[in-house]
Amino acid sequence: MAHDVCVVIPVYNEAEVVGDVVAEVRREFPKVACVDDGSQDQSAEICERAGARVLRHPVNLGQGAALRTGIEFGLLDPSVRAFVTFDADGQHDVRDVSGMLAMLDRDETQVVFGSRFLDGRTELTPARRLVLRAGVRYTRLTTGMAVTDTHNGLRVFTREVASALRLEMNGMAHGSEILEIVGNGDFRYAEAPVHIRYTDYSRAKGQPLLNSVNILVDLFLR
Amino acid sequence: MLIQLILIVATIGVFLLLLRGRANVRVRAWKRLLLLGLVLVAVATILRPESATAVANAVGVGRGTDLLVYLFIAVFLYVVAGVYLKFRDMEAKVTAMARRLAIDEALREGPLWPDADDRTAAPPGR
Repeated sequence: MAHDVCVVIPVYNEAEVVGDVVAEVRREFPKVACVDDGSQDQSAEICERAGARVLRHPVNLGQGAALRTGIEFGLLDPSVRAFVTFDADGQHDVRDVSGMLAMLDRDETQVVFGSRFLDGRTELTPARRLVLRAGVRYTRLTTGMAVTDTHNGLRVFTREVASALRLEMNGMAHGSEILEIVGNGDFRYAEAPVHIRYTDYSRAKGQPLLNSVNILVDLFLR
Repeated sequence: MLIQLILIVATIGVFLLLLRGRANVRVRAWKRLLLLGLVLVAVATILRPESATAVANAVGVGRGTDLLVYLFIAVFLYVVAGVYLKFRDMEAKVTAMARRLAIDEALREGPLWPDADDRTAAPPGR
């Protein structure tokens, strides 16, 4: 049953942690597609050693582009019925995934977005909380979707949704783009509480808050 | 004044260009005709510098130099918009190519998943 799940992990210079992340994910889901987005370090080799299929972008294109590459590869396997997007920096908890997949099976839900705001497990700095909230408000205004966390890398969706996710925003604006596609495609979505582990590593590697400015500009300039 | 109308139309033109995207054959032909016209005007102005001021006065600008500045700004914006569109086009092409390359390469390495059934199997050779 875990064989009908493809986990897509976009990887860019995550050699330090990605090996553990892939190993942890593969304990539950054997089909892991790591998209190495032109890393300069050993990320690709490490993912391979951990048992993932590695797709190598010859140049760095951005996380949105990497997600789409991984999804298109997963679609080549006809037995894959559900997709998971998972961050490479160790901020997600694999244990959250099975519950989200169960939501796909149980109801008519086609997409489940992870949200760090549905329970009190995730600790955020006030500044980060403020910016993420602003992103949520923007998305609600533009797509009319009732979501609480627009830039969470943990998502679960059906094959049908995967085929519709033809992301064109290469950079970090894909968070909003995915929501738009789901909203415009009238896919049935739900949210699930997930835990984000803000380690010193993920904080150092993650997007600076200032990048939210770029995301907004990218969305407007489309 | 007439100059205001002209500049406004030019500005709106930049916007329309931004919205329309990919230039087709017809747009490209017009661009070339425009360039030809520009060259003719440039030559005429060089031969008779006072004609620029005459034209400027006719459209409501005091000096020929001022008219050139205004026109330069408008043309500059057109160029920026064009470069931006072309750049985005190129980016989409590079992305498609890189994606194709990544997937094709992975497919050549063997089965879709290295060891989905036997997790102790060795990673695929490179």
